[in-house]
Amino acid sequence: MAEEKHVLSILVDNKPGVLSRIAGLFSGRGYNIDSLCVAETMEEGVSRITLVTQANLPLVEQIKKQLNKLINVIKVFDMTETEYVQRELAMIKVTAKPENRAEILRIVDIFRCKVVDVGAEHYTIEVTGDEGKLAAIRSLLRPMGIKEIARTGMIALFRDVK
Amino acid sequence: MKLSGAQILMKTLREEGVDTIFGYPGGAVIDIYDELVKTDIRHVLVRHEQGAVHAADGYARAAGKVGVCLVTSGPGATNTVTGIASAYMDSIPLVVITGQVPRGLIGNDAFQEVDIVGITRPCTKHNYLVESTDSLARVIKEAFYIARSGRPGPVLIDIPKDVANTTVDYKEPGDVKMRSYNPTINPNKRQLQKVVKLVEKARRPVIFAGGGIILSKSSEELTRFARQAQIPVTTSLMGLGAFPGSDPFWLGMIGMHGTYRANMCTSECDLLIAIGVRFDDRVTGKTDAFAAQAEIVHIDIDPTSIRKNIPVTVPVVGDCHAALTTLNGMLDEADLTDIAGKREQWFARIGEWKNLSRLAYVQGETIKPQYVVEKLYELTGGDAIITTEVGQNQMWAAQFYHFNRPNHFITSGGLGVMGFGLPAAIGAQIAQPDRLVVDIAGDGSIQMNIQEMATAVQCRLPVKVVILNNGYLGMVRQWQELFYDKRYACTCMDHAPDFVKLAEAFGAVGLRATTVDEVETVLKKGLSNYKDRPVIMDFVVDKEESVYPMVPAGAPITEMLLV
Ligand SMILES: Cc1ncc(C[n+]2csc(CCOP(=O)(O)OP(=O)(O)O)c2C)c(N)n1
Ligand SMILES: [Mg+2]
Repeated sequence: MAEEKHVLSILVDNKPGVLSRIAGLFSGRGYNIDSLCVAETMEEGVSRITLVTQANLPLVEQIKKQLNKLINVIKVFDMTETEYVQRELAMIKVTAKPENRAEILRIVDIFRCKVVDVGAEHYTIEVTGDEGKLAAIRSLLRPMGIKEIARTGMIALFRDVK
Repeated sequence: MKLSGAQILMKTLREEGVDTIFGYPGGAVIDIYDELVKTDIRHVLVRHEQGAVHAADGYARAAGKVGVCLVTSGPGATNTVTGIASAYMDSIPLVVITGQVPRGLIGNDAFQEVDIVGITRPCTKHNYLVESTDSLARVIKEAFYIARSGRPGPVLIDIPKDVANTTVDYKEPGDVKMRSYNPTINPNKRQLQKVVKLVEKARRPVIFAGGGIILSKSSEELTRFARQAQIPVTTSLMGLGAFPGSDPFWLGMIGMHGTYRANMCTSECDLLIAIGVRFDDRVTGKTDAFAAQAEIVHIDIDPTSIRKNIPVTVPVVGDCHAALTTLNGMLDEADLTDIAGKREQWFARIGEWKNLSRLAYVQGETIKPQYVVEKLYELTGGDAIITTEVGQNQMWAAQFYHFNRPNHFITSGGLGVMGFGLPAAIGAQIAQPDRLVVDIAGDGSIQMNIQEMATAVQCRLPVKVVILNNGYLGMVRQWQELFYDKRYACTCMDHAPDFVKLAEAFGAVGLRATTVDEVETVLKKGLSNYKDRPVIMDFVVDKEESVYPMVPAGAPITEMLLV
């Protein structure tokens, strides 16, 4: 059965060790993690973990059940089942030779990103978007020479208020 | 009210109904022990912390309560890991309390510091590092609630020494409320109605029951269901005793060493009703071939067990007891006219399979291990609580001792821990002082926790240990015989102690049988005497006897090697 990307949004008790319970579940059972983001929510004591995994349907069902079985997990949403918005932030340090600078700034403009740091030899660009946008800007900047990338991992919310 | 952490622990344990603790002291838990001896809680001093956990496991199963252990930090804690992992696999409710170094030292590689919460995270249902004396009572209450509710399991509580010896203003923790933990007890009625429809329609149904029946105390409901719906029953190893072994509907155990008819039935059935099981690979063999013609109903309290290994037609999440009670009520209303007639052919077929191949052995010059178990069954009237070690001894116990009631077969099923049987027997005997408790052991396994003989002697427990002494790590030798051209790499145990002398050295009784005639004499003598101390009965059995039927690992369960 085909593997698909699933974005899981996991509400957890904000207690010590919760992240390692989740990471341990994935490594112990051989599930994969593409990316993982953790932060507090509006509600005190509750954090949201946004986790992206690749799995076929029966496996993702099993993953969700295993997550729910963890005592500190309050609720698991599979965003992929309905409409959702996703965003990721990346910082890209790109080599900026004098002959490339104009081109880089043009790309920054088109993609509505920002130059957040300028050095003698580089620009650091901040870009926010979904996976497609991040991939597109990476491929356009690659010919100039990407020195480093830092990414936050994906976060997501349902379109409807759930 | 001012109370120290240790006092709060004792108070809360009493409130949770704890009357027995299996443990071993050390620096990090001196404060707790200091309070423990002031209470009326019985402390059983084991000789190794692994023994404490297996004993608590045996106690939990024989008493139907949560088993409790108390050990020190570092090595005390790490010694519990095997026992915890075994209880986790078998869903046995335990609370394991470990001492920890004082909070200020955590993370400093302090003397006897180990991150036991990290180590046991994947093999506990949940675990805690207690952060303050104020939270201690609530944590203990949560731990007991989690251990015994839903799918039961072990919970570990790590208590830093300074949490135990700090005094605080005690406040009642109140009832446990956990937003993130709500096991589903009552199954969906519509799903159960589907089950009834399948039962009405089926021509060749089978019930496959497991440890969940025993844990949820549903044997009677299961028996009623099977009789009412006229469905034969097989169980997993963990389910032995969930359905009477003397019942005409009984098929015997399923799986790698299951009976011929149980495995054939499962393969040819058109409806498999699985209740309180998790489809272990030792049960299913090749999963694609497992119950390939059947609609499968799976009832279990743990949603992760459903559709993990086997595709299912009707999943039912809920407590087995609740499910069976509702199902029985529905069957009262269902159309079961001529249900017996509908099943006639099926039962005739099962009869043929039964005649084709039964569990059997040929008793020759040397003692056959099966003969010892069969005699044990006869002499105890099938009434003993049997614990086992792991290996051939465990399988012969499962095959040749017939269990008519739940909680009479106590074995490390999921993890398969050699060294489980003796400490588990100690725990069971403490839970059931008036019952006969017998550990069916192998010569290899018994050496893994033999130190617990001292515990049994100290507690004056009349535990019986029946060693099926084949001079081999027999089960591994059997695999080598069958699948490795008889290359017996490191499985010959020809340097075992003299078990009779060893028993005597511990202050127990040692008996030995070397001929067939002696088997009954030794068993009779060992079983009916010595009410105040343990007995080791050493049976020198056929060295190369094997367990049959056997399904090679990964093969379909119909591909059985027979005697
Ligand atoms: C702690 C542990 N180590 C190793 C094994 C692997 N193992 C499974 S059965 C077995 C042989 C057991 O020998 P014995 O206790 O003499 O029993 P027998 O099979 O001869 O009846 C071994 C080594 C195990 N199950 N548990
Ligand atoms: Mg042996």
